[in-house]
Amino acid sequence: MSEPKAVPISVQVSSEAAPLRSGLLRQILKRVGSNKRSMIGLWIVTLFILIAILAPWISPYDPLEQNMDKLLQSPSLSHPLGTDEYGRDMLSRIFYGSRISLMVGIVGVVISVVFGVALGTIAGYFGGRIEALIMRITDIFMAFPGFLLALAIVSVLGPGMMNLMIAIGIFSVPSFTWISRSAVLSIKSKEYIEASRSMGAKHSRIIFKHIIPNSIAPIIVLSTLRVATAILSASGLSFLGMGAQPPSPEWGTMLSTGREFLRAAPHISIVPGVAIMLVVLGFNMLGDGLRDALDPKMKV
Amino acid sequence: MFNYILKRLLQMVPTLIGVSLLSFVILQLVPGDPAELIAGMDASPEEVQIIRERLGTDQPLYEQYVQYNLQLLKGDLGTSMRSDNPVLQEILERFPNTVILTLLATLVTVVIGLFTGVIAATKPGSARDHASMAFSLFGISMPVFWLGIILILVFAYYIPILPSGGSSEFKHFILPALVLGISSAAVLARLTRSSILEVINQDYIRTAKAKGVREWLIIYKHALKNAFVPIITVIGMEIGNLLGGAVLTETVFSMNGLGRYIIQSIQFRDYSAVQGSILFVAFIFVIINLLVDLCYAAVDPRIRYDRKEA
Repeated sequence: MSEPKAVPISVQVSSEAAPLRSGLLRQILKRVGSNKRSMIGLWIVTLFILIAILAPWISPYDPLEQNMDKLLQSPSLSHPLGTDEYGRDMLSRIFYGSRISLMVGIVGVVISVVFGVALGTIAGYFGGRIEALIMRITDIFMAFPGFLLALAIVSVLGPGMMNLMIAIGIFSVPSFTWISRSAVLSIKSKEYIEASRSMGAKHSRIIFKHIIPNSIAPIIVLSTLRVATAILSASGLSFLGMGAQPPSPEWGTMLSTGREFLRAAPHISIVPGVAIMLVVLGFNMLGDGLRDALDPKMKV
Repeated sequence: MFNYILKRLLQMVPTLIGVSLLSFVILQLVPGDPAELIAGMDASPEEVQIIRERLGTDQPLYEQYVQYNLQLLKGDLGTSMRSDNPVLQEILERFPNTVILTLLATLVTVVIGLFTGVIAATKPGSARDHASMAFSLFGISMPVFWLGIILILVFAYYIPILPSGGSSEFKHFILPALVLGISSAAVLARLTRSSILEVINQDYIRTAKAKGVREWLIIYKHALKNAFVPIITVIGMEIGNLLGGAVLTETVFSMNGLGRYIIQSIQFRDYSAVQGSILFVAFIFVIINLLVDLCYAAVDPRIRYDRKEA
């Protein structure tokens, strides 16, 4: 399914990755701006972020307000995307749902970046037994198909938003560990690191001043792509009843209840799926573009 | 090659131990006492204690873990709390359906993925290249369960030629395999395209072209063969994704497979079945990865020798 589209095992970070130390954000924006695909992705992502922020003001109805006179209505002028089985306005539910999906995707990936980069950097920088231990544990996590691992975690923790984010977070940790480790390995032996060390810099200074800033390009790319995967997986788990619970306007949850009315009102199932696809498409295009802009040789 | 196989087999051991540890830990994290869960609300403390002794949960944790591994070595994945049948038996009853589904989906992946990748790579920058890559971008971004629902809508309701659910006949597998295979096909298409593009400008390809060798023969004999290692890698990894995706696909199409069994077990809080199934899938996944590794050691001898064991 939907799950790791990245290929962490064959991660290679080319040594020509442009250094991104000064004016990091400005440089990224400049390079992304020159790439058509990533610009489209950026627009889609920005649009959804705006929708998420502005949901209370732009939604025509309350997403949870039921209206028994207007059950399962097809799209019309007063309800542009129709109504669901409780007469709730689909458009408003989609708007509010973007808050949930973006939050799960982004928070989940932040969790994996924090843990994955920490572990990968430690493994790559210090090497030896610590590296062997970290990478072995990573291997074990990778022995589970990612989606099943997330499923196992939520099944134990119980359904709910927080647990969903934790599960989604844990299942992406191994790929960040792999990619940051290989990035660190390619930087570690560079002369400027040696120079810094010979001047008596502490490990912490070398790691935070040199290693992490110089290995950040692949991490940015992988994070963007992983938000896409995380949103897909989270909606899949919610679809299975393991994530957000009704009446929450989570897109996967909406799809799973909409299924029961597939014949009578197919729009209830179609609309949330299109929303998921669009936002995931946005992050995928942005991630692809970022990779092409930052480091075309990177195989994420 | 024999040494390489032996080495890879030995490398599996720590991974498998880790996998068993992880699945053991998963069950420990479940809130509450499993014995009380099984005994039910109105059981007396003595009854609960009897069940606890039967389960062995009155022993210290490390003892339980050792016991758990000994059971696993005997092929005992525990007893389903829901049906009282051995979990392994319940898994094996359903696994064939999942295997058929996964194999068919792999077929879809390979056929559509390679085809799309090749037609994209042979004319880079053309309309068909853009179309193929747009297809793969959408394929990667589409939720499988949504695609499943859309296909049910079209092929079971609007043009009723295929069943919307079940798993007893071959026709039940067509839509699920298509749905499950599409996103992996999309991944494979991109990889095939970039792998072919990497070799397409090499001298030997130009020589073949200059000799007048037909294009499809060049693609098949030279370009695709050299792109084989990354392609096998992705197919191997995608099989894992397919096994994970089977959970969703089987649920959408109400198929009696391992994936839906896992979901049902979670819903019934039958944790020993969940634990057993997840361990089973991880075990299968480890074996598949081993086979993939052996496959490319066979395709590309450098992999065997590079690692200094020959």
